[in-house]
Amino acid sequence: MNENLQYRIRARLLKVLHFVTLFIAMAIICVPGLWVVLNSFRPTVEIMAKPPVWVPGDLNLDNYRAMFGAVGEGGVPVLQYFTNSLIISVTSTLIAILVGMAGGYAFARFRFKGKASIFIGLMLTRAVPGVSLSLPLFIVMAKTGLIDTHMGLILVYVALNVPFTIWLIDGFFRQVPVELAEAAEIDGCTRWQAFWKVEFPVARAGVASAGIFAFLTSWNEYALASQLTRSTFSKTMPVGLRDFTSEFTINWGGMCALAVLMIIPALILTFLVQKHLIAGLTFGGVKG
Amino acid sequence: MSRFRPPPWFVLLLPAIIILSAVVLIPLLLSLYSSFTPYRLTRPETLYKWIGTYNYEKAIESAHFWAAFGRTILLLTIALNLEMLMGLGLALLVNKVTYGQRTLRTVMMFPMMFSPILVGFQFKFIFNDNVGLVNNALQSLGLSNVAIPWLVDGQLAFFSILVAEMWSSTSVFAILILAGLFAVPRDPIEAAKVDGCTPWQSFRHITLPYIMPFIYIALAIRSLDVARAYDIVQIMTNGGPARRTELLWTLIGRTGYVDAKMGYANAMGYISIFLAIFFTIYFFRKLNAARSELGMAG
Repeated sequence: MNENLQYRIRARLLKVLHFVTLFIAMAIICVPGLWVVLNSFRPTVEIMAKPPVWVPGDLNLDNYRAMFGAVGEGGVPVLQYFTNSLIISVTSTLIAILVGMAGGYAFARFRFKGKASIFIGLMLTRAVPGVSLSLPLFIVMAKTGLIDTHMGLILVYVALNVPFTIWLIDGFFRQVPVELAEAAEIDGCTRWQAFWKVEFPVARAGVASAGIFAFLTSWNEYALASQLTRSTFSKTMPVGLRDFTSEFTINWGGMCALAVLMIIPALILTFLVQKHLIAGLTFGGVKG
Repeated sequence: MSRFRPPPWFVLLLPAIIILSAVVLIPLLLSLYSSFTPYRLTRPETLYKWIGTYNYEKAIESAHFWAAFGRTILLLTIALNLEMLMGLGLALLVNKVTYGQRTLRTVMMFPMMFSPILVGFQFKFIFNDNVGLVNNALQSLGLSNVAIPWLVDGQLAFFSILVAEMWSSTSVFAILILAGLFAVPRDPIEAAKVDGCTPWQSFRHITLPYIMPFIYIALAIRSLDVARAYDIVQIMTNGGPARRTELLWTLIGRTGYVDAKMGYANAMGYISIFLAIFFTIYFFRKLNAARSELGMAG
């Protein structure tokens, strides 16, 4: 009886402890992000107030209005940055997916000499730190006139995303049984048709998640973009964030508004694809 | 057919190889060459002057370089280990939840959507000594009556950077390890329970070996872009105050772009590249070992 009670109390305590720890962990994850979102609706005066204003008294859309009004504080051309980011991320993602699909298919379906070392070699190109790469890239792009253009950044992001895209897509194509394509070929499909009509539809979800991963990388990349873009015609949003800083002050309110604008597309895409994303990463890695 | 036809796998890989050579390999060869010259952006003719390994010698003799090198390794070691442990903890916590787990998983992915530069600004704001969230909270709660100089004091700045880095990357570990936990079979755990194993024993000897490959995947993925920490550090402190949070990457960026000493910066860049490659190969090997232990290799 006594033992039973003790056991029950302990189980109850553990449950409470579990709940509390989980709550704290989730709070730590959420608060910094929500803080940014909250501040995007507050005037800078209130954000900077001393003593701090804990209960927001003045929530409005001024920061957003200033941001889209093109002549906002400091005149940061946010819409132009948004368009640049969108063009560069979408184009580079599409190209990376095509290149990655070809490469991933090669790794999933063919046996050849030096497969493992070619694979590691491709991965290693991703490991090169952005800063170290940006120095020589800066020189090359300056010489070829690609600096400060959409084209230049698109090329860079394709190269940045291809290794990882290959890794993910390889994992997904591996899950498609070879027999499927073979059966289609026996039925008179060419290899090309068999790929598009049989294998691609099966692995489509995986390809989509690889695409979203590539998109997020391009969307959020800063180290390379900050050196390879100079003017409003090619600056992306992560680089644009710096426009809100001047030598001694930072326009926190405006910056938070731009931050929210950056997060929203990423948020939507990540939620759409989270299940496939996890499956892709783990299958590609474990069974690859 | 007498003409040579390349094998299909080669044709398929060709676009990837071409673009990676153009954007990564050729610039890297150029930077290898320029690391043997006194190249300065402002004086292009210096690119053609060969000075041998002078830049490397200069880097090796520089105390600033070694301080940054050591600090980079220290930050990476602490950050990756803590992220792994906290990710494991978080995954175990979420795995125990039965109701509303999907929502929790989604919340867990929240930091993954933040651009590293955004994380930098966000934590620069939060740790600001005057108007930051942390100091405001500490003062309002009466825990401290002075403004703690989070980003000004060398050690506190290192700590703040570590917090920012962990906030942004722990969820990668948590998500992947959680996926691993889903794949752990139930039977051996129940058998262990029947045989009288304590929860710790069954975790240590059954669950952990199963999720080890997933931990290594997470480490391999993270090691591919550890240099993302550059964005965070550059925004939060830019290596300051007085070089006390200087990492290899901020040192390279400053030498290359602010001081315009491209040759010297490229020489240090090469050292950082080898560091990154070492980390990546190490984790890929571990990954392969863990895979073959589970009989999943091939």
